Amino acid sequence: MEIKVLGSGCAKCNQLEEATKQAVALAGIDAQVEKVTDVVQIMGYGVMTTPALVVDGQVRVAGRVPSVEDIAALLTRE
Amino acid sequence: MDPFYPLQLLSDWLTYSVLGLAPTSQLGMSVEFFLFDVPKVLILLAVVIFFVAIIRSFFPPEKTRKVLSHTRLFGGNIAAALLGIVTPFCSCSAVPLFIGFVESGVPLGVTFSFLVASPMINEVAIILLWGMFGWQITLLYIVSGLFIAITSGIIIGKLGLENWVEEYVYQIRVGDAGEIAEQTWREKFAYARGYVAEIVGKVWPYVVVGIGLGAVMHGYIPNDFLVQYAGPNNPFAVPLAVLVGVPLYSNAAGVIPLVSVLVEKGMAMGTVLAFMMAVVGLSLPEAIILRKVLKPKLIAVYFGINAVGIVAIGYLFNLVLR
Repeated sequence: MEIKVLGSGCAKCNQLEEATKQAVALAGIDAQVEKVTDVVQIMGYGVMTTPALVVDGQVRVAGRVPSVEDIAALLTRE
Repeated sequence: MDPFYPLQLLSDWLTYSVLGLAPTSQLGMSVEFFLFDVPKVLILLAVVIFFVAIIRSFFPPEKTRKVLSHTRLFGGNIAAALLGIVTPFCSCSAVPLFIGFVESGVPLGVTFSFLVASPMINEVAIILLWGMFGWQITLLYIVSGLFIAITSGIIIGKLGLENWVEEYVYQIRVGDAGEIAEQTWREKFAYARGYVAEIVGKVWPYVVVGIGLGAVMHGYIPNDFLVQYAGPNNPFAVPLAVLVGVPLYSNAAGVIPLVSVLVEKGMAMGTVLAFMMAVVGLSLPEAIILRKVLKPKLIAVYFGINAVGIVAIGYLFNLVLR
C-alpha cells in the first residue's frame, strides 16, 4: 500500500503525517508514509487544500486532519 | 431577551457583591466590563465557529473551483466573493488554491475576488462585530467587504494582468482529485469540534488582552475623549487606522473588543470599519505566501486596490453614519 501525505509544511500537515503513521501502526498495515511537499506534485493530485491524504494514488482526505481511528478505518477498508 | 443576561447578572454579582466594588467607581466599571465581556466573547466564538465549520464542510474548495471555472467578469466576481465567505481557506493553502483556480479556467479577476473576500469577511470578525455592535453594523461590514472584493476583482480582471503571474503557474498540470468521499455527519461534528478547539485555543489570549485593555479604557478614559483625534472630522484618522491595522493581521479577536471601546470614546464608525478590514484583509504573511505565484507588481496592485477600497469605505461611512 502506498500512502502519501501532501502538504507544504504547515502545522496541520505535520499533524496529519503523525496521525497517519499512528493509524498505520494501529491497523497493523505494512506501509511507508511518504511526505510530499512540492507544490507542483501536490497540484498533480488535484488537491487545493492541504493537508491531504493519498492512498494508492487516490485522494481520500483533503483540508482536514481526521482522528487516528478514522484514518485507520479508511486504510483497512481498502 | 438578551441571551447574555445571566452573564450580566453573574458579572454584576462578582464585581459588586463578591469584590465589593462600587458600580460608579472607575475600577468597578473596568472589572465589570472585563468579567462580562471575556466569557461572552469566548462563548460567542465557540458556538458560532462550530456552526460555521459545519456549513463550510458543504463547500470544499474543490467544489467552489468547479462552480467558478469558466465564469465571466461581474457574475463570476459576485459568485466568487460570496463563495469566499463560506469556503474554508487558510493562508497556508493560498498557493495550491490559487494555482487550482487559475488552472481550471477561473479568470484571474474572479480568483482575486475570492482571495479578497475570503479573509476579509471572516467568521471571527463577523461574530465579534455582531456581539459588540449589533447586526446592522455587521451587515454593513459584510456588504462593504463584498463590494471591495467584487470591485477589486473586476479592476484586476479589466487590467489584464495575466502575465504578472509567475509563468510556471500556467505550466502546472492539475490532476483530477476524483470524487473525495463526502464527510459523514459524525466526521463533520468531529471536524467542527476540532475547529472550535483550534480557533478558540489560538485566539483566547488575544481576546483576554484586548478586552483587558478595553476594560481599562472603559473605566478610566472619559467618554468622547477620542472625538477630537479619531472623530469624523479628522480626515487623517481613516488612512492612519488602516496603516495601524496592517501589522495587526489575524488578531481580529483581540482587536474588536478593544475597538468597541474606541467607539464608546468617540472614534467614528467608518474609521472603525476601515480599521477592522485592514486588520483581517490586508495580511502581510499572505502577501509573502502569494509571492510564490504572483510577481511583486501584481501583489502591489492587489494590496493597493484593497487599501484604497478600505479607506474609501471608511470615509463613506464616516459621512453616512453621522
